[in-house]
Amino acid sequence: MNKSKTESEKVVDAESQPQEFLSFVLGNEHYALDIMSVKEIRGYEPVTKIAKAPSFIKGVLNLRGDVVPIIDLRIKFDIGEPLYNEFTIVIMLNVLNRIVGIVVDAVSDVVTLQGDEILPPPEFGVAFDSNYLKGLATIDEKMLILVDIEALIGSEELGLITNTDAIAQG
Amino acid sequence: MSVDMNQFHDVFFEESQEHLDEMEKLLLTLNVSEPDAEELNSIFRAAHSIKGGSGIFGFDALTRVTHVMESLLDLARNHKMVLTHSIVDQFLSTVDTLKTILANYKAQADQDDALIANTTQSLQHLLADQQELNQKKADEQGFGFFDQPQTSLKQDDSFGFFDEPAPQQHDDGFGFFEPLTGQEHPTELSQPNTEPETKPVKSELKTPNVSTASDASKNSVSAEASSIRVDTNKVDLLVNMVGELVITQSMLSLIGQQITGPMSEKLQTALGELVRNTREIQDAVMSIRMLPISFVFNRFPRLVRDLSTKLGKQIQLEIEGGNTEIDKSLIEKLADPLTHLVRNSIDHGIESPEKRLAAGKPEKGTVILRAQHRGGNIQISIIDDGAGLSRERILAKAAENSIAVPDNPTDKEVWQLIFAPGFSTAEQVTDVSGRGVGMDVVKRNISSLGGHIDIESTAGEGATFHIFLPLTLAILDGMGVSVADSLFVIPLVNIVESIQPEPSQVKTIKGEYLLRVREEYWPLLCLYKEMQLTPRFTQPEHGIVVLIESNSTRFGLFVDALEGQQQAVIKSLEKHYKRVPGVAGASIMGDGGVALILDVESLSKQVKHTLIKDMS
Repeated sequence: MNKSKTESEKVVDAESQPQEFLSFVLGNEHYALDIMSVKEIRGYEPVTKIAKAPSFIKGVLNLRGDVVPIIDLRIKFDIGEPLYNEFTIVIMLNVLNRIVGIVVDAVSDVVTLQGDEILPPPEFGVAFDSNYLKGLATIDEKMLILVDIEALIGSEELGLITNTDAIAQG
Repeated sequence: MSVDMNQFHDVFFEESQEHLDEMEKLLLTLNVSEPDAEELNSIFRAAHSIKGGSGIFGFDALTRVTHVMESLLDLARNHKMVLTHSIVDQFLSTVDTLKTILANYKAQADQDDALIANTTQSLQHLLADQQELNQKKADEQGFGFFDQPQTSLKQDDSFGFFDEPAPQQHDDGFGFFEPLTGQEHPTELSQPNTEPETKPVKSELKTPNVSTASDASKNSVSAEASSIRVDTNKVDLLVNMVGELVITQSMLSLIGQQITGPMSEKLQTALGELVRNTREIQDAVMSIRMLPISFVFNRFPRLVRDLSTKLGKQIQLEIEGGNTEIDKSLIEKLADPLTHLVRNSIDHGIESPEKRLAAGKPEKGTVILRAQHRGGNIQISIIDDGAGLSRERILAKAAENSIAVPDNPTDKEVWQLIFAPGFSTAEQVTDVSGRGVGMDVVKRNISSLGGHIDIESTAGEGATFHIFLPLTLAILDGMGVSVADSLFVIPLVNIVESIQPEPSQVKTIKGEYLLRVREEYWPLLCLYKEMQLTPRFTQPEHGIVVLIESNSTRFGLFVDALEGQQQAVIKSLEKHYKRVPGVAGASIMGDGGVALILDVESLSKQVKHTLIKDMS
């Protein structure tokens, strides 16, 4: 009873209420994700490598007692150069009851978007599968690609989550 | 609203479980011919509390059964019913039924209506019989109605203040709030002045009755008064946070060492204080999770009683060191293996009274359960004075079940054979043991807790099983090893020794390394290959080989260097990531970095050769 009510409210929110996104840079492209899933932003630190993991999983890191995996989306989606320097940023995400860090080239801004400013995602032309996209928006003449971060992190393609029920929980 | 009720349910389940355990314990120690009034009262109160609570929450099955039981207990404590062994047996089986009902309510499973009906019916029969009997007596003696207040008065005289308020005085208070009722009856408090000496006298009188219960049980009763019930999640959170504190502290110490100048001495002193304080906090927090091992041991008097009746053997159970504290998570996992071992000792170890007499031993066999601290470990021993393990029978059985036996095995090697899968020495499979769950399961359970089992046995004099366990599951004693700049932790229990091999010790078969150590060839596993790293050394003679013993095999693990022994706080990798092959978990090092804890069992599956004994 209560649950269905909040869900319907959520839908209304998405249409009329402004939503905040954190925009970040991968290569030359500008992306953004729902700011509510961001736990913190920190510089890149060396990680502990994990054997037999795909190359885009850099390893694990100690985040105040939690051992969290760090993934490099630049390697996974072949965008830009996977360089690690003092400007490399890790966005710590809190999604699907897990903490996951993603490596990006830079974090640019927090943008507020009205529901009607979000356009439907294109079928092609972006590095990400359109299943992981929420839509497009234009800010200061720049195209901003809105990523559905939950769908991305929970995807089989990344293989971060082995059991499917964890996705259902989220 | 429903969420709120569930919270209360959990408390009720937990309390009822405790009440049932208490009832069982008291019933077992009850002197049937001269029952202690205090003990009968306690049993009655426990039943009453469960009834009250179950009534509130609408657990009707519990209410029904406890109601009849309560009526019977009421008769017994008012001297209107003469207790016999069969009545106590019936009470015990009722406790079992109540446990089943409680478990079903807890699991929200369907109730076994037949079982409930049976239990209630047989209790009602008993009650009807007794009432009839009493009616007759009352008619004959013209006693009856006024009997009850007189007896309760009598109890007050003999036990004074220390007797808990008689339950009928607070029938309206629900079992839930029972611990407080003492304060609700201030009149009771005025009595200690008049009879201060009663307590020591009473406890002396009570001791002979408590033959099987350990001294711990009494201590735990007295400790109960000042304890509070805390959600284990809160304790776990505290343990985790203290783990963080320890890591932060060691990071600070590392930084502190690099500081020079006039302030450094002050800083070092302050850091030293911090080290001591954090260690004390860590010890204190860890001790919250610790429970006396009597929580497991206390179930055994019942088991031994039932088994000895069933098998026609006379057995005395002695419990030693019930106060030894052990991590709560270990307690839960210890129950099954211990039960199995005790059953085993009684079924296979202790002989029948005739055989014992013939062998010149006392008719009554003794099984001792002993717990003690040994360094950072806890040692639990199950000692029996039975026939001991039979070397011939074990070897014959091993041959029969085609279990591999080493040549000219030592006694120790023979005893270890009983832990092989598919092994059972019982001449006939009995109801008691040998139900398909073998000793191999016991060994596996103990290993999964990071412990091991040793056996000592002398033919004709008895056998002893020693279980060695770590104090806690949250912290692992490990050896830090490195490959390139990656750090790994190997559980210390699995390490036999570490050696720097000579070139002459290293052999190769089909590209796989073998290492000769004292007449034996150990297969070698290169950690850098398993972990896909670029090592400093690729030749075993340049690095270090750690000889490892897993459940299934023994092998050497070739690493770059040893980094020293350390206590690793175990962190789950699966929480935020997923299982990694060859890795049991992660641990955070003093510098804040992450080290992987190696899973010896899964690594051992990569070993292609088995240990070869040098024939020359």
